[in-house]
Amino acid sequence: MPDLSVKIGSLEMKTPVMVASGTFGYGPEYAGLVDLNKLGAMVVKGIALHPTKGNATPRTVEVPSGLINAIGLPNPGVEGFVDRYMPFLRGYDVPVIVNIWGTSVEDYVEVARRLDGVDGVHALEVNVSCPNIKEGSGVFGTDLDGFRRVVDGVRRATQLPMIPKLAPNVADIKVFARAAEEAGADGISLINSYPALSVDVAKRRPRLANVTGGLTGPAIHSIAVKLVWEAAAAVSIPVVGIGGITNSEEALEFLVVGASAVAVGTASFTHPNTALDVTDGIAAYLEAHGFSSVGELVGSMERL
Amino acid sequence: MQYESVKVIHQDEVHGGYRLLWLNAPGIAPHVEPGQFVHIRVPHMEASVLRRPFSVYKADGSVLQILYKGVGKGTRTMTYLRPGDTLSLIGPLGTGFPALSPGNAPVLVAGGYGMAALYLLARSMPVQGIAFFGGQTAPDILCVDEFEALGWEVRIATEDGSLGEQGLVTDVIDAWWTERKDDASPVEVYACGPNAMLHAVARRAMDRDWRTWVSVDRNMGCGVGACLTCVLRVRDESGGWEWKRSCTEGPVFECREICWDLEK
Ligand SMILES: Cc1cc2nc3c(=O)[nH]c(=O)nc-3n(C[C@H](O)[C@H](O)[C@H](O)COP(=O)(O)OP(=O)(O)OC[C@H]3O[C@@H](n4cnc5c(N)ncnc54)[C@H](O)[C@@H]3O)c2cc1C
Ligand SMILES: Cc1cc2nc3c(=O)[nH]c(=O)nc-3n(C[C@H](O)[C@H](O)[C@H](O)COP(=O)(O)O)c2cc1C
Ligand code: FES
Repeated sequence: MPDLSVKIGSLEMKTPVMVASGTFGYGPEYAGLVDLNKLGAMVVKGIALHPTKGNATPRTVEVPSGLINAIGLPNPGVEGFVDRYMPFLRGYDVPVIVNIWGTSVEDYVEVARRLDGVDGVHALEVNVSCPNIKEGSGVFGTDLDGFRRVVDGVRRATQLPMIPKLAPNVADIKVFARAAEEAGADGISLINSYPALSVDVAKRRPRLANVTGGLTGPAIHSIAVKLVWEAAAAVSIPVVGIGGITNSEEALEFLVVGASAVAVGTASFTHPNTALDVTDGIAAYLEAHGFSSVGELVGSMERL
Repeated sequence: MQYESVKVIHQDEVHGGYRLLWLNAPGIAPHVEPGQFVHIRVPHMEASVLRRPFSVYKADGSVLQILYKGVGKGTRTMTYLRPGDTLSLIGPLGTGFPALSPGNAPVLVAGGYGMAALYLLARSMPVQGIAFFGGQTAPDILCVDEFEALGWEVRIATEDGSLGEQGLVTDVIDAWWTERKDDASPVEVYACGPNAMLHAVARRAMDRDWRTWVSVDRNMGCGVGACLTCVLRVRDESGGWEWKRSCTEGPVFECREICWDLEK
């Protein structure tokens, strides 16, 4: 049996396959269908300082090979999250990564500070890249100066492993990847959803109440693989590859171009077990190709 | 809640564009409560990332029946399903209809697939009552014989008058209510159908003091409470509103909970 374990800073995972933030709730939603203990990590839906309601409906629309969402980051606030969901999550033997967001640097810092030392929280993923809220997150993801201030601030506020999550819609992903590393990030994850718009031409109206949303699913996979390849070459910290994974082959693409781990998002809606099937597929691949650990595969792409 | 690969037994055309799909789902069928739904991964739709939600019409032993209409790409692809095909099903999902309060007289109100969605409820009721079905035209009216066979009285309204009374289902309900004796037992209403119909029923329920359960239809993503696609605005304790997920806290709500002015 090949060694599937992965480390991101002090975060130790049994497998390289996590579930992506916002696509697996806070844990209980899928626990009746999927064995959470078999996940590499459970990344929860984005958490802010205060509870927020999120956007009006319709919030999602299916498009060819993808989904556009403008959920708008509804969440119970950091205290609500800790009270309501951490007791449940502590009952599982799976690392919990809390995805955090804010509308100001101070908000990010305060959320990070309040999660530091909370029993059962293993790492923070810093969402600077959600395209669905008007101020804050979206801007920090594409403005280098804002990005630096957020990751610096969070770094000072927590001992936990910190994983900034990068936006795909920037001129040069390497610049953001390096900025994260310089600020002391333990890893980076990418990509978040890609800004998108779908129109109902019969009504000449947008299909989402928020007008625009973020595209996810198979439609963004190859874009994500390219960005992960560039980012991984620019830094020496671990990279989490996210975007459009539906099977182990698509996950392996991320590993081969340099990601140390992956996260499955939209595909969990189609098949809740996707992350576990991907894990089995990666193990079978390593075995079939004579690798003794997943680490040996990371960044192993050769030029034609 | 289970995640099961199920086999298509067969499907028949009904009428009004509706089809009846029979599935062999031994892990799910025995556990379905009235008002719950299943989430279908339609095969041969590789470019589609979402499942499609359907109410359970009948559940007997390991057999599930779904009554559906081809309205878009998913449901039209379902019309090609053949005996022996397999598909992935998640269910039973959602919070269904609560039991009738003792002493109350049950009243059902349905339009479209709502007639199928209320069948298991009608079958499980300790007493039978009256069912109001509405549609545009005669072929839109489904399942009448099945409800009558259970001992329910069915009253029909069609907008073109081709079956039953001409008009809206609420016209027929209003006529019935005016004739009803004051000393009759309190009514408890269960409704499933288009949003405008549910709203019209809810207005009457609030005026006339009927306890009324409506099953809403909201677009869904995950179907299990994770994605927050299917939410609707429900009154909260502080006089404001909060989102509730129609896939988990719903699809059934007491009509007074829903902020109808915001959920038109
Ligand atoms: C709880 C519940 C129970 C249902 N029960 C039945 C039933 O018993 N019989 C039946 O015929 N239909 C039922 N529906 C409606 C059925 O789910 C939609 O007709 C179906 O999803 C349309 O998919 P499509 O691909 O054909 O249409 P498209 O318009 O191509 O679908 C695109 C997207 O919109 C969503 N969508 C479109 N229309 C609806 C709708 N009315 N409700 C929910 N999502 C929608 C789809 O799921 C999909 O994600 C139910 C819906 C809900 C929420
Ligand atoms: C419905 C939905 C909600 C999401 N919510 C969040 C979120 O709260 N925070 C975040 O960082 N990313 C969020 N994402 C983005 C995913 O974590 C992931 O980056 C993206 O979906 C790409 O992966 P995929 O193509 O496998 O879905 C969300 C995605 C979807 C589809
Ligand atoms: S459909 Fe995903 S939360 Fe209800």
